[in-house]
Amino acid sequence: MATISADSRGLRLAVRYTVLGIIAIIFVFPLVFMLVSSLKPDAQLLADTASLRAFLPVGDISFDNYTAAFKRAPVGLFIMNSVIVTGITVVLSLLVCSMAAFAFVFVNWKGRELVLTIILATLIVPFETIAIPLLLISSKLPWIGLDGLKWGWLNSYHVQIVPFMADGLTIYLFVQYFKDLPGELIEAARVEGATWGQIYRRIVMPLAGPVLATAAILKFLAMYNQYLWPLMVVQEEGYRPVMVGLQYFFQLNRAWGEIMAYLSLITIPVLAFYLYLQKAFIASIASTGVKG
Amino acid sequence: MASKFVASNRTGWLMAGPAALVILSFVIIPFVFAIIFSFTNQRLVSPNPAEFTGLSNYRQLLGMSVLTLDPVKDAAGAVTMAANGTPEYPSLRSYTRNNPDYPNLEGMREWFSFSWGEARTYVLARDVVFLTAVINTFIFVILVAPLQGGIALCLALLINQRLRGINVFRAIYFMPVVVSIVVVSLLWRFIYDGDSGLLNNLLGAVSFGAIPKIDWLGNAHTALGSIIAMSIWQAVGFHMVIWLSGLQTISPTLYEAAAIEGSSSWQTFRYITWPGLRNTAILVLVVITMQAFGLFSQIDVMTKGGPLDSTQTIVFQAIQRGYGKQDISGGSAISVVLFVIVLSVSLIQRWLTREKA
Repeated sequence: MATISADSRGLRLAVRYTVLGIIAIIFVFPLVFMLVSSLKPDAQLLADTASLRAFLPVGDISFDNYTAAFKRAPVGLFIMNSVIVTGITVVLSLLVCSMAAFAFVFVNWKGRELVLTIILATLIVPFETIAIPLLLISSKLPWIGLDGLKWGWLNSYHVQIVPFMADGLTIYLFVQYFKDLPGELIEAARVEGATWGQIYRRIVMPLAGPVLATAAILKFLAMYNQYLWPLMVVQEEGYRPVMVGLQYFFQLNRAWGEIMAYLSLITIPVLAFYLYLQKAFIASIASTGVKG
Repeated sequence: MASKFVASNRTGWLMAGPAALVILSFVIIPFVFAIIFSFTNQRLVSPNPAEFTGLSNYRQLLGMSVLTLDPVKDAAGAVTMAANGTPEYPSLRSYTRNNPDYPNLEGMREWFSFSWGEARTYVLARDVVFLTAVINTFIFVILVAPLQGGIALCLALLINQRLRGINVFRAIYFMPVVVSIVVVSLLWRFIYDGDSGLLNNLLGAVSFGAIPKIDWLGNAHTALGSIIAMSIWQAVGFHMVIWLSGLQTISPTLYEAAAIEGSSSWQTFRYITWPGLRNTAILVLVVITMQAFGLFSQIDVMTKGGPLDSTQTIVFQAIQRGYGKQDISGGSAISVVLFVIVLSVSLIQRWLTREKA
């Protein structure tokens, strides 16, 4: 009897792992195809799609596509632009949004409720519905840069950064987190004579590690993967981020191997970052749902 | 609890100010401008100042009319048959082009038509492409919301079991979420390719060549469905994680009690798991719906709205006009229509899922 039940347990386990495994294949095969294809010359790449060889690094394997991609387009520049825009936006939004949430939760001021309500109400405005008027506004705003006053924000880093420095979701995440911090701590600090700035820097922010990670990861994904906005506001190569830089590979003689190399180049860092911080990524998505 | 603190108006405004200013300037003002522009003829670059044009943008977008025509009859009163054996009707163009008797039909095109006895009823629209985009967007939302939510729940239940290495599977299922939708769309063009696409090759292999090759994105019947399948593949891991966090809030003692009572797995799901997921379900539904209405990148990378407008969407139309044709007012009007739709749908969802006392 014992052996039979052990066998049926083993069988059920095998079935479970098979189901899990098949689903896993569905989720990874396009990514495996991308990585493997980036190593193959065009003719072989297309011929291999007819068999399982499409997912195996076999045949004429080299990094030629990568060198060719760098020759065809300023890939390094695109990556640098994305890193600059994403990096600065993430840092500024953490600062701006955490400060605002601090003011909403801990500081008692006139207009607090109203401003918070309005900010949270913007959560139901999809970005797509304001993109068009935002394009017009951005094309007319003044900017004081190193070369003096300039009208119009198109083709710049700041047009990709400033509008995203604060958003309802990030503020919401910080507000939810701050509400759970012990209020007595802040009260005690006030009684001791600490300034608001000191409380923010010395007490609240050192406790905000988890929410900072959550907000940073969500902002990072949204910014790095952004497509619609940079597509509209950046026409000059000099400020083009990676997703829009893709267009380069679709002009004239399309080379699929080079496209796969470029896709791999812009995706591998994100995937590596995700796999390294997997728990934090998943926790950050989960935390957007907990109190919803 | 904050009321216990002394009022500090200056600190409050100083700290919340930057965020409030950014959101005011880049969300609220553009939103108000979208409404204002939609009543003008504003263009991105124009030598003339914009003029107030009232409802004309909306009339252009949403203008519809119904026209019922009797078949053409010959002198004897018999219905004239066209070459394919169906009754022949007077040309629509004679009504929609320079016909002084029907000024309201001027410039309209046939959207669709149906027969009603001998007569044929034509539904005419001023902007057939936009209305097609609205219908396509609704089809996308109506299919994606339950499918993606449902598959995500199945995955979450699958991942929520205690098995060695289960975290590896969770990590893999979530992987497409971190990959840009632009990258995903390009990769799937290879899968859907009509000639050497991976999907055609797979179907050919399992059916020993019985299933003919299909140009998935080039066929008006399959293009939208293909984009739906890919969109679900990319985003389903996101909602799986939200379901998972919902599942983990359900107290294990409830499951223990159910096990003691000898409840079947379906009963356990029906009476313990599902009621415990109520709030999560509402959140997942609302989030997927809002994201789905914004469908744009997949279309831009994969089909550009084609073939035969079968993948036109509201946002794609808004961007094509507002940015492509630099028609800010037309694009803004579409944006406002989209916002009204999203708002109405989310209010309806809220009403339907409200806590029944």
